[in-house]
Amino acid sequence: MPNPDIQHDSNGALKHFLTIEGLSRETIYDILDVANNFFNFGQREIKKVPLLRGKTVVNLFFEDSTRTRTTFEIAAKRLSADVININVPRSSVSKGETMLDTIRTLEAMHTDMFVVRHTSSGAAHLIAQHVPEHVRIINAGDGRHSHPTQAMLDMFTIRQYKGDFTPLRVAIVGDILHSRVARSQIHALKILGAAEVRVIAPRTLLPTGIESLGVTPFTDMREGLDDIDVVIMLRLQLERMEGQLVASEQEYFSHYGLTEEKLGYAKPDAVVMHPGPMNRGLEITSSVADSDKSLILPQVTNGIAVRMAIMARIMGGSSEGAGQ
Amino acid sequence: MNNGSLPTVDEILSTMEQELRPMVSTDSLIIGVHSGGVWIAERLHQSLGLSTKLGSLDISFYRDDFSRVGLHPQVKSSHLPEVIDDRDIMLIDDVLHTGRTIRAAMNEIFSYGRPGKVRLAVLVERSGRELPVQADVVGQHLQMRDDEYVKLTGPDPLELSITKKN
Amino acid sequence: MKLLIKNGRVIDPANNIDDTCDVAIENGRIVSVGKTSEVFSADETIDAQGKIICPGLVDLQARLREPGQEHKATMESECRAAVRGGITALCIPPDTYPVIDTPAMAHLIHDRSQNVGLNTVYPLGALTTGLKGDRLSDMAALSNAGCVALSNANSPVTNTLVMRRAMQYAASFDLTVFLNAQDAWLQGNGCVHEGEISTRLGLPAIPEAAEIVGVARDLALIETTGVRAHFCQLSSARAVAMIAEAQSRGLNVTADVTAHHLHLSEHDIGLFDTQCFVLPPLRGVADRDALRRALGDGVVTAVCSDHQPHGTDAKLAPFSEAASGISGLETLLVLIWRLVDEGAITMSQAIQSLTTNPGRILGINDGTLSIGANANVCIFDPDNKWTLTESDFHSRGKNSPFIGWEFNGKVSHTIVGGRVVYANGDI
Repeated sequence: MPNPDIQHDSNGALKHFLTIEGLSRETIYDILDVANNFFNFGQREIKKVPLLRGKTVVNLFFEDSTRTRTTFEIAAKRLSADVININVPRSSVSKGETMLDTIRTLEAMHTDMFVVRHTSSGAAHLIAQHVPEHVRIINAGDGRHSHPTQAMLDMFTIRQYKGDFTPLRVAIVGDILHSRVARSQIHALKILGAAEVRVIAPRTLLPTGIESLGVTPFTDMREGLDDIDVVIMLRLQLERMEGQLVASEQEYFSHYGLTEEKLGYAKPDAVVMHPGPMNRGLEITSSVADSDKSLILPQVTNGIAVRMAIMARIMGGSSEGAGQ
Repeated sequence: MNNGSLPTVDEILSTMEQELRPMVSTDSLIIGVHSGGVWIAERLHQSLGLSTKLGSLDISFYRDDFSRVGLHPQVKSSHLPEVIDDRDIMLIDDVLHTGRTIRAAMNEIFSYGRPGKVRLAVLVERSGRELPVQADVVGQHLQMRDDEYVKLTGPDPLELSITKKN
Repeated sequence: MKLLIKNGRVIDPANNIDDTCDVAIENGRIVSVGKTSEVFSADETIDAQGKIICPGLVDLQARLREPGQEHKATMESECRAAVRGGITALCIPPDTYPVIDTPAMAHLIHDRSQNVGLNTVYPLGALTTGLKGDRLSDMAALSNAGCVALSNANSPVTNTLVMRRAMQYAASFDLTVFLNAQDAWLQGNGCVHEGEISTRLGLPAIPEAAEIVGVARDLALIETTGVRAHFCQLSSARAVAMIAEAQSRGLNVTADVTAHHLHLSEHDIGLFDTQCFVLPPLRGVADRDALRRALGDGVVTAVCSDHQPHGTDAKLAPFSEAASGISGLETLLVLIWRLVDEGAITMSQAIQSLTTNPGRILGINDGTLSIGANANVCIFDPDNKWTLTESDFHSRGKNSPFIGWEFNGKVSHTIVGGRVVYANGDI
């Protein structure tokens, strides 16, 4: 039987951040608003607030990623938390320690929050089901399933430059099949009421039944980008592919790579986003990536503020014995 | 104590303005603490005719009850448009009770820089201090029971009311 | 030793019996079904009033983990679980450690199960040596040593020529081939049905094409080799439709499904519930409904448990890293009985699918209450409501998505070879 929603506690307050699915529009807007407050921190002399002072945040990365881990580390430190980074390479897992054993060992060291990245879908959910009441879990990416903090910073960026979501037509281009970012973005855009969400990819990279998520699939980029306000390019994840899912890189670039010419099929004031890291010349040209339509750098800057907001929202009321 | 014997907010503001006038100079900064303190600060900023920009603080990120109750549902922005270093600051709040809000506000101000001087002016001061905080200017002292609360509603009109805890 | 079972509702589809009467057993065999003669003075009597008396269940696929994986379970622990579920005979696939590809292994299984002394255990022999899919095993020798059919378990025989030769060879000795017909390339390392759920959860998926292609290939080979074949644990509507079509053209093929595929679909996976991780995967609701219909129509004639006991840790991992399989011996009967309660199949069909038909498919003299047959009997109370909890499991594996389900029906006695091997909570 399906598990109940474990992201929210019995009062409906957000206690873990595992997936965008199941969040209300109000919750998403609230996090974006709190993130706005943190966004202006750059001007302050002391960029920290004492919100998470005395709390320990562990970045538990079973799958390596320096850039994501670094933004979470900065976010936690700006909230005055103590941060520990743990990379669990594949070899240590093969030594026999199960994922849950790793968690239990760390809990014994009084961890308040885990930021978890894992190669297998569902890992963050499994962890959230097996930690004590007061511990919080943030999903930093699980397999192909979900990367909710990335979707949140993408929504923050879209709101910054485009305002209201309801009239927006958004196209996500690239390796949808393997992309947890795409899945999370789709859920977020649907919840926020975007007018239309499209996915553009060769059939080999479109998951079966993707329409059930409320998106329209396209295999032709010209058709797919017509009248689009926001173009989100995904990285071609060659390292995640088993066997060959695209032909040569030249062919991929010529049909699915974003050039200035292809960007011309979208609206004149369309913006371009990419969760990074980019394969310049494969899914996007440098001229587009570095143009003034590109929001790629703001995405990176916004990442810290948004993650601070998420941590602040879920951590409250979490001390042992809290709540009454 | 009942509402009938309380002076109006305008009356209290007038008293405060008279006390504050000799204390501030052209370079002084006024900073109000959300939400009530900002309403009071706006009125005083105007009546004192200061040319420096008004600042406002939301202390949600500095409260000491975060672990127990979590982040406040409505977090507003802090906005300090003037440089803080070496400045003469007048911090404004509506009610001084336990002193915890002022403690948080001070911590937040010090995150922005190192002020020269910080003084405190409050509309109403009541018994029940839990920290060693005192106001330099008090509009109205109130003697209240532990089960009574005083609240400022606004921004227009600004009104004080005293209620009993259920 | 004379045993008399009195006054129960005897349902023996093989002999067309559905009547309230007695069953008399002497020296391990059924001596009469009906009104008992006064001369029969029983040593032991069981009052089966209000209960159903049927042949002991024959489970076409169950893994007992012995030899080779005794840390998960043993023949003894799993046979205890089996008899609690009314199972008097079960069939194990050849993927033990070592593989059952020598007569010695077949004898070992036989001897071990005799030592345990509960239900009968029939081994399937390996179709290819080591299950590697290259070389034909000594099928005749395996058959003589007690293997009831040949199978390559879940190891695919990707070389079509090898599969054809294996079928031809088996047919020469009039042996049955059990097929787990899935295309290995399309199955890959998928762990869920390719569809809405796999897309939302981002899990590696197995398209139904894997089964369709596998079944299509094997049906074509069966047709040209004339081997008697049985398709195991089908999961998709398209596959059973292909079987139905082949049967209508006179091809000698049978098929079974698992009890869980008749009740669950991909939606039951919810938020990565590993208890619902099985292979072949739980497919769509339409597939589940088609499997039910196929059982009702007689295209699929048998239901098995596909019992796979696991320790707790094996299921406590992210979905794609967890172990697949359900501990199913103890829920086999009640899950099929639920279909009767729901009106999907008749009582007779239910019992046939668990007794007569599997017995016939295995070619063993089992699954009936015929006079002179081995006295393998199941007595159960069809009107006994209970909720399945973890502590109800006697198998070492408590891995089941049915924990928390309310069932109707409980086995009260299981008799093997005339001996009561399970009674109301004791073994």
